[in-house]
Amino acid sequence: MAMTTIAVSRRQALAGAGGLLMAVVLPRARSRAATVTRIVEDQTGPFAPNAFVRIAPDGSITLILPNVEMGQGIYTGEAMLIAEELDVGLDQIQIEAAPADEAYVTKALGTEATGGSTSTIATWKSLREAGAVARTLLIRAAADRWVVDPASCQSEAGVVRHVPTGRTLTYGELAVEAAALPVPSGPVALRDPSTFRLIGHAQHRLDGPAKVNGTATFGIDIQQPDMKIGTVAACPVMGGVLLHVDDRAARQVPGVRDVLTIGNAVCVVGDHYWAARKGLEALAITWDEGVNATVSTETVYRQLHEALQGPAIVANTKGDAKTAIKGAAARVEAVYQQPLLAHAPMEPINCTVHVTPERCDVWVGTQVPMRARDAAAEVTGLPKEKVFLHNQYIGGGFGRRLEHEYVTQAVQFARQVPYPLKVIWSREEDLTMDRYRPAYVDHLVGGLDAHGKLVGLSHRIVGPAVVARWAPEALLPNGVDDDLLVATVETPYAIPAMFLDYARRETPGVVTAWWRGVGGTRGVFVIESFIDELAASAKVDPVAFRRRMTEDRPRARAVLDLAAEKAEWGTTLPEGVGRGVALQYVFGSYLATVMEVEMSTMGTVRVRRAVVAVDCGRVVNPDQVVSQIEGGLIFGLSAALFNEVTLKNGRVQEKNFNTYRVLRMNESPAIEVHLIDSTEDPGGIGETGTAAAAAALANAMAAATGRRYRRLPLTGPQA
Amino acid sequence: MLTLQVNGTAHQVDVPDDMPLLWVLRDVLGLPGTKFGCGIGQCGACTVHVDGKAVRACSLPVSLVGRRPVTTIEGLAEDEVAAEVTKAWLEIDVVQCGYCQPGQIMAAIALLKGNLHPSDDEIDQAMSGNICRCGTYRRIRAAIRNVAGAV
Repeated sequence: MAMTTIAVSRRQALAGAGGLLMAVVLPRARSRAATVTRIVEDQTGPFAPNAFVRIAPDGSITLILPNVEMGQGIYTGEAMLIAEELDVGLDQIQIEAAPADEAYVTKALGTEATGGSTSTIATWKSLREAGAVARTLLIRAAADRWVVDPASCQSEAGVVRHVPTGRTLTYGELAVEAAALPVPSGPVALRDPSTFRLIGHAQHRLDGPAKVNGTATFGIDIQQPDMKIGTVAACPVMGGVLLHVDDRAARQVPGVRDVLTIGNAVCVVGDHYWAARKGLEALAITWDEGVNATVSTETVYRQLHEALQGPAIVANTKGDAKTAIKGAAARVEAVYQQPLLAHAPMEPINCTVHVTPERCDVWVGTQVPMRARDAAAEVTGLPKEKVFLHNQYIGGGFGRRLEHEYVTQAVQFARQVPYPLKVIWSREEDLTMDRYRPAYVDHLVGGLDAHGKLVGLSHRIVGPAVVARWAPEALLPNGVDDDLLVATVETPYAIPAMFLDYARRETPGVVTAWWRGVGGTRGVFVIESFIDELAASAKVDPVAFRRRMTEDRPRARAVLDLAAEKAEWGTTLPEGVGRGVALQYVFGSYLATVMEVEMSTMGTVRVRRAVVAVDCGRVVNPDQVVSQIEGGLIFGLSAALFNEVTLKNGRVQEKNFNTYRVLRMNESPAIEVHLIDSTEDPGGIGETGTAAAAAALANAMAAATGRRYRRLPLTGPQA
Repeated sequence: MLTLQVNGTAHQVDVPDDMPLLWVLRDVLGLPGTKFGCGIGQCGACTVHVDGKAVRACSLPVSLVGRRPVTTIEGLAEDEVAAEVTKAWLEIDVVQCGYCQPGQIMAAIALLKGNLHPSDDEIDQAMSGNICRCGTYRRIRAAIRNVAGAV
């Protein structure tokens, strides 16, 4: 794993660059030639010792970043990792999105993918090695030219210097000679962290300027010559098919050019989105809605609750929890329910495709480039190497763009026409044709001894196995989706005896999918709510209760203590105001969150303040860690307070932001984030804030009102 | 045929009267900086200035714009308040995915042009029509306060 980068051969690197067209030219590098460099398979070509670094004789330095930018700041973080070891400034580089290629596979996800808060964990070593290999070769090339010992040369800011004589050569001047040198087969030395110039020091986002002046290109902004724009109506009931479409009125709409059909959807194509949209509204469509036409939210919950009784797969055992609970002084029991959730990124689903007999070009923001490419190859019948996937900035991912069914759909339409087709879903289509975070029901039983100490925990999870569809090979041999073990088996606590079983129930009528925080968001709500219920039963303060359970977990204890101190835990609050705490260890990072909430007698909920303490190991770009916690919390709060996707007659009822409510500025709390200095390897961060939100909020609401909140959303009818 | 004043230039456009300004900007005039988010004036991603006021371009039929000047995120080069706003945005790294930010920035500029020293309540009032799914609200508010402090 550690030597992944070095194992990437030049041949692979060259193959990897074949589909590379998108170049994000850094605004800070504007004074430089904005070259969209392409590797050509040519020994006199640029220096490309691996899939992540290219240096051309003209001096341009291009970093190819394996993960896609969807707001999480990864372009900046990954560029910092390479630049640190390559010895270049962030103002000397340009960056490119990785093409669809094996060289960029994230091992933990089994494909080229950005998700699961894995990016920094996966590239922390490999991208620094990529930079170090390149630097080593450039220094050797310089030493060879000068006929000196490489040890007498140093690199700095894109230049190699021969220290005794002061001679210098730029990386560009060395590119051709460095390209001719063999790539080292063994490990290369990495910098001592105490000498880091970039890592650990806040750097401005590289994508900032383009995103504030409106020039950043998202998938939806793609323009191609002769391009037309389509919008889609798919069968509103999942699994239904198209029986008939009367498109006579639609074709009369000025600007409408084509009406295209596939098995379960219709696309109206126009000169602009408005023509397409008006055309779509003028269609008379008859669907065969199929077997899901009677599915309702009640169906979904009934099925989940019924599975609390009956058989289940044993997912994890530690000690004899059932006996421990039987013999306990006090027994605590609770059932928690979580709803279906939509992703609702700001940029509605879109994909631009041009199919010709020779090739297929796909412009899209995707978290899974290889899957998107392969889908286009399958639909068109073209070989994969004739499909060119141009990944774009993503206007919000949150897991939605780990799916690629909309790429398949767009290619199915685009292969019917000779022109480039940009398919844009309306917000209504985006919300009702989403792939949803599943609904879950959890049943927990805990036993406390006479001192109020947890002696055993028994837990049943009921819900779908998302992994069984998304990566079937990753479903555990016993049939358990290991995403469900996140935050439930691996907790920040010492729990003497645990029993966890799982009743798999796939949700009828929808496709379920990953959603920001995945198992962490699901599991932290359940576990941290229940820890509070145990503390209440033991008549122990929630922070004190957690301190007792983390005596031999110093990192967990440290974030808990820091958050409690910064939030002034224990000080008196006005009537109707409550504080709640949540402690978590997910994605390899420790978080403690204290939320303060005000409940009015009218039942309204105002989140006043959130204080978060974070230990995510070594930090690459500290201010972006803070940003992810702030934003992750807001994302989680929206869902915890307001969001539930409901079904009636097989149709999703929430169609736009008026019925799928999102937290707004006037509703968002003050947020303070405190980072703990750490020399541990980095943990993930992008999803941790979201995972913290619901539990801390529910616990704060319970503190304010004296009653428990076991059903999400917390302001919904179910709560 | 309509004449539209966009970013200081007159454009002749042959489009349906009911076509929202948003799609004229994006698909006819080639100005993709203004974003599509919801189509019903709920999210603010499409915020532009018409006669200096923040409006939702997704819900404004182009025929109702008339002779009033339209300014989009692409038309701010000469604007001093806009320069301060974008500087403030960059100084504290407001953006994440960035998709809503042109709308946020247009809303902030309109606010500051009418009221250089808005209170927190006034900021909330002016900005709460603009959704950010990445949750950059705290930084947006801080950036607006910083502009107010700088001018």
